[in-house]
Amino acid sequence: MELINNLTQTQQFLLFSILKVLCVFVAVLPLIGASVLAERRVSAWIQDRIGPNRVGPFGLLQPLADGVKTMLKEDFTPNHVRKVYFWLAPAITVIPAFLTLAVIPFGSRLGSEKMVIADLNVGILYTFGIVSLGVYGIVLAGYSSNSKYPFLGGIRASAQMISYEIAMGMSVVPLFMLVESLNLGDVIAYQAGGAWLVFKQPLAFAIFLVSAFAETNRLPFDLPESETELVGGYHTEYSSMKFLLFFLGEYANMIASSAMMVTLFFGGWTLPIFGLDQPASSLVGGFIHIGIFVGKIGILMTLFIWVRWMLPRFRYDQLMDIGWKRFIPMALANILLTAIVLWVMH
Amino acid sequence: MQDFFFYLFSALTLLCGTLVVANPFSRNPVTSAMFLVLTITSMAGLFVLLHAFFLAAVQILVYAGAVMVLFLFVIMLLDIKEEQQRRIKAFGLVSGGASVAAIAGVFIFSLSRSKMGPGAVVVEVDGATRPLGRLLFNQYVLPFELLSVLLLVAMVGVILLSKRDLK
Repeated sequence: MELINNLTQTQQFLLFSILKVLCVFVAVLPLIGASVLAERRVSAWIQDRIGPNRVGPFGLLQPLADGVKTMLKEDFTPNHVRKVYFWLAPAITVIPAFLTLAVIPFGSRLGSEKMVIADLNVGILYTFGIVSLGVYGIVLAGYSSNSKYPFLGGIRASAQMISYEIAMGMSVVPLFMLVESLNLGDVIAYQAGGAWLVFKQPLAFAIFLVSAFAETNRLPFDLPESETELVGGYHTEYSSMKFLLFFLGEYANMIASSAMMVTLFFGGWTLPIFGLDQPASSLVGGFIHIGIFVGKIGILMTLFIWVRWMLPRFRYDQLMDIGWKRFIPMALANILLTAIVLWVMH
Repeated sequence: MQDFFFYLFSALTLLCGTLVVANPFSRNPVTSAMFLVLTITSMAGLFVLLHAFFLAAVQILVYAGAVMVLFLFVIMLLDIKEEQQRRIKAFGLVSGGASVAAIAGVFIFSLSRSKMGPGAVVVEVDGATRPLGRLLFNQYVLPFELLSVLLLVAMVGVILLSKRDLK
């Protein structure tokens, strides 16, 4: 404690930031493992199978076995690929997913330290900016593989992700008209006491949720991958560790978008009972808030997995129709409606 | 610290910008596009140093994230081998030079009109969205609306062009 108090403001800031970055990174990796296991077990239940239950108690160590298996496989690089982009693409897919988490408040505070890595005043715009960079990984993977199926996957990904980014970006505008701030901490403060924005803006939530499925390339919108038509889509030519990175990227993206939805629509780390909607004053309270946040993410992740095994894949033209002809006009109308209501109420 | 980052981002911007148009190692349009993304991203870094967080975020969101993905989309649909062999034409050189000169002229004109150094007037915008919105909808409302109409015209034009063969 003495040591920490003796540091200057800048040094303390650096120390705590590095600590928070490390903690978030280390906490997200097991979360990814848990969601992969959940995916396999839930899919098994839905299809009346048992699922992986051999490794460890109840199959809990299955993600570990999967990870080791994938890493030990031969890392094969086909001759016809464009090497530089082929190597870069998996990394470019994973990095944005983790960068998004930097502005999300994952708890109230521990001691005097706010539980958010970067408290930006344009937090939401930062997130959308980083998410929009995520498409490069998939597009470059498709392009660099230099064969037909991955290429089609890459082309599909670029069109799909741009279209749904617009719908997603427009769907959250009414939220910020209500909150009057782009800072995610302020969004949570606005929702304290149970005034969750999912009740005030159900249409915005519906559009955001469906767009999140499209942005993370999950069924029913997994057209860049779509294994029944494109073999494996953009990652057909990838194996071993590089394939694992795409896999990690998909789940990290799901966690990031679940975290975004929790923050924007479900009150973040707050719960409207037991006074849990105010910043914690004790260490235990701080940890409880982090637990609430992770629990809410878990519920949304379950929804992601559940939907994947319940709905068939959309056709590509249907996907584009929903994005451009339904969601964007609906989101625009929602903005207008919110503006009128706010104007009348003032 | 600030100075260091300023020089870092400026050098990156200039270097990547040069590599977009004159890359000695590759004539691949995809490589050019990716370097343009890097140029835009380093420019966003410069905006952050000026405390213009909103501009920086929008720069990444709109240019690096959306416009450049569309560029990439179009490039991937073109025949890249043919593009790589294309020579620089006189018309392209003249029109490119003219537009660069015009933009440089605007910059020099506005720089020469503003006072620099210790006595300079600093506009307190501070990167927040609220003062920016107020400026756009009060002082600069006419140019802002004109630009919106221009974009709308472009949009209608694109739809007309793409629908032409349907009729």
